[in-house]
Amino acid sequence: MKSHWQILVVDDEEIMRESLAAWLREDGYGVDTASSGREAVEKARQKDFAIYFVDLKMPGGMDGIETMMQIRRRYPEASIIIITAYATVDTAITAMKEGAQEYIVKPCNPEEISLLVNRIVKVKNLQRENTILRKKLTRQYSFHDVISKNPRMQEIMALAAEVASLRSTVLIQGESGTGKELVARALHNSGDRAPKPFVAVSCAALAETLLESELFGHEKGSFTGANQQKRGKFEMADGGTIFLDEIGDISPKLQVDLLRVLQDRTFYRVGGAEEVRVDVRVVAATHVNLQQAVADGKFRDDLFYRLNVIEIRIPPLRERREDIPLLAGHFVERLAHELGRDVAGLSEGALRCLLDHNWPGNVRELENAVERAIVTCRGHVLTEDDFAFLAQSPGAHAWSIPSGATIQTMEKALIAVTIERTQGNIKEAAAVLGIDRSTLYEKIKRYEIPH
Amino acid sequence: MKYLYVGATEEVDREALAAVTERVGAQFGGAVRGLELGSVEFAFDRDRGQYGSIAVLEMLLRRCPDDARKLLAVTERDLFIPVLTFVFGQAQLGGRVGVVSLARLRQEFYGLAANREVFLERAYKEALHETGHLFGLVHCAERKCAMSLSTTVRQIDGKDAAFCAPCAARLRRNSEGPKI
Repeated sequence: MKSHWQILVVDDEEIMRESLAAWLREDGYGVDTASSGREAVEKARQKDFAIYFVDLKMPGGMDGIETMMQIRRRYPEASIIIITAYATVDTAITAMKEGAQEYIVKPCNPEEISLLVNRIVKVKNLQRENTILRKKLTRQYSFHDVISKNPRMQEIMALAAEVASLRSTVLIQGESGTGKELVARALHNSGDRAPKPFVAVSCAALAETLLESELFGHEKGSFTGANQQKRGKFEMADGGTIFLDEIGDISPKLQVDLLRVLQDRTFYRVGGAEEVRVDVRVVAATHVNLQQAVADGKFRDDLFYRLNVIEIRIPPLRERREDIPLLAGHFVERLAHELGRDVAGLSEGALRCLLDHNWPGNVRELENAVERAIVTCRGHVLTEDDFAFLAQSPGAHAWSIPSGATIQTMEKALIAVTIERTQGNIKEAAAVLGIDRSTLYEKIKRYEIPH
Repeated sequence: MKYLYVGATEEVDREALAAVTERVGAQFGGAVRGLELGSVEFAFDRDRGQYGSIAVLEMLLRRCPDDARKLLAVTERDLFIPVLTFVFGQAQLGGRVGVVSLARLRQEFYGLAANREVFLERAYKEALHETGHLFGLVHCAERKCAMSLSTTVRQIDGKDAAFCAPCAARLRRNSEGPKI
């Protein structure tokens, strides 16, 4: 609707002011008028105008440029169209330099003015949509949306809110699926860096050389296939936050490079000789025990201390069972809406079933379980029958030891469960089990475990 | 009883005026009356060689009869508002008076051969458009609707001599509006 957009016409000549206002009203806009720069600034304070038509020459010590500057100082988003009767290059340059969106020479063609206003409104509509989407995204990842009544989680959120605006590095530790990235995003969105980029990188997903180029970028010709210069994630996150997930998996060489970035905020692109300086807040996360990795000599202690300036440990879901009904209720509400299913809640039996489960995959597993139940359920309420699949999942019997079990059968079961939990990621499974990858492969072969 | 008045400036093409009066009457219903307005030379701007539409509207407000529901004037004079090179017409949005200029509706204005039929159709569409404004309608995004904004005769030719369904519905909801 055009009438959502308000326009202010500023001109000392009444006929000029009122005729343009009338013409714009016919076009469906809400239009107000001001007879001087001072009145325009005053009206701008009271109402949110999307477009200002400002006459360049106005008496009273405040011409069009000065009026525009005052309005823009307060409302940088305002679109200002300067109207002038004398088309000189100088006035046009001055107007544009001071931030006018456009300038028109009167009299101008009706088509020109109509196209101009339509173009600005189209951009404004897109900007408004973008703002709404951004707000939606920010809301999704604010601390208020971390659902928990567990005292430890509430302490964590209080600490996170306190440190959100600092530049200090944060290390988030927690099992897979506990919501480490959610906390990282909430940290970013609640601090001063919120308007700047949040860039997430999964360090476990890429091979060493690829990860190096991904993080720091590369120069043209630095390796086969590097056809042009590429900015790395650190450069993309300049001014904002970089989230390094699975930091425990990075190679010794990358550990050195990362240490340098954390110390000096500088780095070199792969194959580059020019030092690149960035202002980036680093939030790292890991599901492995980094302290143990340091003790085992697999992770540099100096890097660990650099990363661990502020430590956040997210407890697994099984240690905050009181959150299970809350989270499940939240997921039912959100997912039923997203999936277009008429599901209103959970039965007591379903809740009991969820509370009895061990949740090795934590909140992510709970979310997936609720989604699966919603998709397959036939009633309006989810019952224990809808969660029957949980009884067959590894979490349900992870710690049950059948009588007569041997070390070999338990080892085989443990390996199978771990591979399933890591979704077939052998490197991750080996890290969880505390053995080498080659040893794990050997055992998989010996026990004939499918993977 | 209130009437829809169609006013004529002294120089206006009488055949065009009669056609506009008849069709506007048929479209908007109710009784239509004519009103002679005389000259609009007072609105002439020597620098621009055109007539100020605001001055014309002011005169129409003064001359508007008490029993007028609306007064739509038709003139041959080329109208303008200070910020624009010309206007095909102008009306008070939801008000009592409006004006349509025939000056730029003839093919001859653009150096083309005269075409009476095209000219009369344009005159009616613009009269419909300005009367729509008088009944509170703003420009419509539907290009075929009589209420879509036209800044060229090509755009006038491209639209229908009728309101689109949503604009017609808005007119019906207007308590003083026509029964269309």
